[in-house]
Amino acid sequence: MATSAAANHSQMLEDYVVRTRGLTKIYVMGGEELHALDNVALDIKRGEYISIMGPSGSGKSTLFNMIGGLDKPTSGTVYINETDMAQLDAAELAWIRCRTVGYIFQTFNLIPVMTAIENVTLPMVFAGRTPDEQLQRGKELLELVGLGDRLYHRPSELSGGQQQRVAIARAFANDPAIILADEPTANLDLRTGKEIIELLRTLNEERGVTVISATHDLHMIDISDRVVWVRDGKIDKIEDRQSVDVKVGHVDWEDQYRPTN
Amino acid sequence: MSAKAQGANEFRVGRVELPWSTAFSISKKNIMVRFGRAMITAAGIMLGIAFLVSVFTSKAILMGSGEPPSPEQETRQTWLIVMSLLVCSVGICNSMFMSVTERFREIGTMKCLGAVDAFVVKLFLLESGMLGLLGSLIGAIAGFLVVCVVHLLKRQLGQIASMDWAYFGMGLVEALVIGMLLSMAATIAPAVKAARLPPAAALRTDV
Ligand SMILES: Nc1ncnc2c1ncn2[C@@H]1O[C@H](COP(=O)(O)OP(=O)(O)OP(=O)(O)O)[C@@H](O)[C@H]1O
Ligand SMILES: [Mg+2]
Repeated sequence: MATSAAANHSQMLEDYVVRTRGLTKIYVMGGEELHALDNVALDIKRGEYISIMGPSGSGKSTLFNMIGGLDKPTSGTVYINETDMAQLDAAELAWIRCRTVGYIFQTFNLIPVMTAIENVTLPMVFAGRTPDEQLQRGKELLELVGLGDRLYHRPSELSGGQQQRVAIARAFANDPAIILADEPTANLDLRTGKEIIELLRTLNEERGVTVISATHDLHMIDISDRVVWVRDGKIDKIEDRQSVDVKVGHVDWEDQYRPTN
Repeated sequence: MSAKAQGANEFRVGRVELPWSTAFSISKKNIMVRFGRAMITAAGIMLGIAFLVSVFTSKAILMGSGEPPSPEQETRQTWLIVMSLLVCSVGICNSMFMSVTERFREIGTMKCLGAVDAFVVKLFLLESGMLGLLGSLIGAIAGFLVVCVVHLLKRQLGQIASMDWAYFGMGLVEALVIGMLLSMAATIAPAVKAARLPPAAALRTDV
């Protein structure tokens, strides 16, 4: 009995790839305190596709930065794979950014002097992979995002949508557990944005990677497993897909986005 | 390629790395691809080193002429060297500060991909060292040519041929080393400061 309870327990732990407890970020500006995040508790299951929605200034990017280890919270904790991020030193944090989290930004943030393949392989360099491995994986990933014929183009020679695809390939370089995307479609036209979202969803389903995406894009809601609504640094409500579908009135999700087979 | 994302059971924390060979090639790329921008950054170095080398050359000519320089001339030469080094330092500090600052976003991105602070500093030091050497070389050639042209106009080209080449050679090497070290030294402070920023802050900066 005892063993099965323990197994159960560890299974439960394994279920959550990200957990935050009492997560608070306070910016002090001109003597005034601004609670960009206020006591946020959020559990994200492995393999989920989560959208974080909320008005401008509600704290989406701040939450993104805290979960991704890009900034330190004022108080509270972020656990990634049950590791308390606050306990890690700089090198360990870098390791998590390198191996466990893949980042996608609104402004793509490719390294301008590097070609597509060099951008995609850079995280693999940091991870200590061999040059052969880097090249092979880099090519596979760029083919996966539909840029097999653009390996040696620089960001300035690619369209916005193509740059974002390179950024997605780069985010997957070290098979991360989590993809964090901060308004990945905000700088793209409607159709390209839709393609990017569908690509992320497909990768989420095929690879079991957890996707956490801050967005204003209502299209994103349709395909999310859960939508977290943020307002004034607090979680307003969390909706799962069923209730979202009814609310947004898109019952055709099944036909449109389920892989057809 | 393993097609599955990491699970918690295979989770462990290790160390990231950046081999010297890769760092070297990234820094080289940064100079080659942005060559125009790099040359503007290097302009300060070129100018300063050109000044320095022209002073060294004049002194070498003086020493080659047989008559030792008077104490007066010696003081003047020393002053000129100090002045040219000052010009050099100010120009280089300014250029390097700018070239680090305009790349904050890139630094933030690198850190998101797993770079530790030391990688960022390493890359910028390598880049500024190479740029410093290249700029110094161009500056040295320019400085020497200017002195040659001046003597050509004065129809005293013979003095160049008979100058103290050993002294000139040493001055040249000194100037190259100084140019390289100065540009590296000028990069350390802004690079360390930029590298220490949390990635979120570095990414937010728009220049
Ligand atoms: N570095 C900072 N210094 C001071 N205040 C900040 C800083 N970063 C964010 N804030 C404030 O924190 C609040 C939340 O900002 P955040 O960027 O997280 O919003 P957001 O939900 O991502 O908005 P948007 O949809 O416009 O991107 C805002 O009021 C913002 O002004
Ligand atoms: Mg934002």
